Amino acid sequence: MTVRGTDTEKLRAELKGRRFKHPGEFVIIFVLTACAAATVLTTAAIIFTLFGETFTFFKDVSIFTFFDPRGEWQALIDPRDYAVIELVAGTANVVFWSMVFALPLGLGAAIWLSEYASSRSRRIVKPMLEVLTGVPTVVYAFFALTFVTQDVLRPLLGAETVPIFNSLAASLLLAVMIIPTIASISEDAMANVPQGLREAAYGLGATRLEVASKVIFPAALSGIIASVLLAVARVIGETMIVAVAAGSTPNLSLWPLDTVQTMTGYMLQVGLGDAARGTPDYDSLFAVGSTLFVMTFALNVAAGMIVSRFREEYE
Amino acid sequence: MTDFGAGVRLRAAGAVARRQAFSRISYWILLLATVLPLGLLLYLGYDTISEGWSRMDWDFLTSYPSRKAEQAGIRSSILGLVWVLGLTIAIAIPIGIGTAIWLEEFAPKNRLTALVKLNISNLAGVPSIIYGILGLTVFVRGAGFGPTILSGALVLALMILPMIVITSQEALRQVPPSIREGSLALGATRWQTVWFHILPGAMPGIMTGTVFAISRAAGETAALIMIGASAFVAYDNTSVFEDFTTIPIQIYNWTLRPTGQGFQPNASAAIVALMIGVIALNAVAVVIRERFRRD
Repeated sequence: MTVRGTDTEKLRAELKGRRFKHPGEFVIIFVLTACAAATVLTTAAIIFTLFGETFTFFKDVSIFTFFDPRGEWQALIDPRDYAVIELVAGTANVVFWSMVFALPLGLGAAIWLSEYASSRSRRIVKPMLEVLTGVPTVVYAFFALTFVTQDVLRPLLGAETVPIFNSLAASLLLAVMIIPTIASISEDAMANVPQGLREAAYGLGATRLEVASKVIFPAALSGIIASVLLAVARVIGETMIVAVAAGSTPNLSLWPLDTVQTMTGYMLQVGLGDAARGTPDYDSLFAVGSTLFVMTFALNVAAGMIVSRFREEYE
Repeated sequence: MTDFGAGVRLRAAGAVARRQAFSRISYWILLLATVLPLGLLLYLGYDTISEGWSRMDWDFLTSYPSRKAEQAGIRSSILGLVWVLGLTIAIAIPIGIGTAIWLEEFAPKNRLTALVKLNISNLAGVPSIIYGILGLTVFVRGAGFGPTILSGALVLALMILPMIVITSQEALRQVPPSIREGSLALGATRWQTVWFHILPGAMPGIMTGTVFAISRAAGETAALIMIGASAFVAYDNTSVFEDFTTIPIQIYNWTLRPTGQGFQPNASAAIVALMIGVIALNAVAVVIRERFRRD
């Protein structure tokens, strides 16, 4: 036994020596680790930049002014006021109206693709929907301003009722932008519902509509909710469509035919060079940016948590 | 109505007939929901092409921006976009694929690695304008690069990095474990296994995801405006330390001009040019995917 034991020790020592035969390997692994570290560094830099400069902002402007629910957002012109509520309201406005259009269409498309379409038509339609995600948002922004507002809304409702920059045009194109996301993720969730549930329902005499609405939709609900949360996060973070079509006048309004400014719209305005560096106006960019970052982060985390819980159910 | 053959026909009546009718109607309503956005976009595409086509000629592609709509062109925005994308690719692809390889093949299975993965999926959800603020503070001001091609490429690289990492990870996971085990059993080192066996197998998937990510960078506007990229560049870029403009920035600039000045057809023509580029990139990605799927 002892002899054998020493043999093993020897073998182990020898093998341990061999591990260092490729010193280059360590360099490579070190470089790869550095690559991964770069992604962590990016997050650190984002948080440090946003919250660091936000801190500077709050040295000049009271935190109560920023979160005052009855204040106004009046940066760049006197009298200054920095109540973020007006920008958040602008964002809420476009989120609400874009969801009014995107939810029925996106979920309808998901149900059709998952429960109604033949596999052939699904193979044709699904890639076409996915192409929509590749369209740059500045192109949607152009459509919102020139087509929706100038060619449709204003001739239809009159130039007095429809301002040239309005939330409705932005919301419509935001909906077009986000429909593929809702449709694709929700369709995945519905396709993951076990076939047995479907067959049992059909066996009991349910029609296709009943199976889709009373069995598949509830069973896939968590995945569907996750898709909607991701969609809302993307709408909140989208800049070009709202900056071009919704306007740059902060407005505490949920009416779709009003000019509103969203958080991202304001950030782009400052980015275009409208505020002098070192002023509270310029620093407010980071305070609004932090607000936006916290909101999208919370939505993404919530969606991720719902998705991972949903996965456990069927595996 | 169901035909059971031999003349036996059953037709539902009453409540059942009504339920079946609802179900039949729902097919068409849901189909409408599916094709409505597609139809709208097809129409908008047609509208844009018919408006932009009148401006689309060799002069438009090779002229610098101008205050006069008829003389303005997208020469500097095409060149700027090519420069920025080239540098973005050079930065993002090695780091992205490297991170994916580390996560899938080398990273220890512990909480720190799990945190790195979670961090990457969260980075993928960060709005592009936040990357713009990061670039403005860190690259443009902090490092003193100014609103140059270098700053723009660094920002776009950071923005598409999570996308490249996530799709590359998926592609690496698709390679069967038997290939990895076989290579290791024959005495190859871990890196030899990755380099000679796993990467070639995962390459189509990695390429597809990467090309999609690049096409997203090609259309990005907000992050580049944030770092101060200007729309008026009247020279050909020759180095990465120069100011630049891209086609999306030019589209944004022309879209916001007052309608009477005639810049709208320019914006349409620039959109046609941009979409040709983006669709070509997407087509490349789809071709790669389809070509290697057969194997």
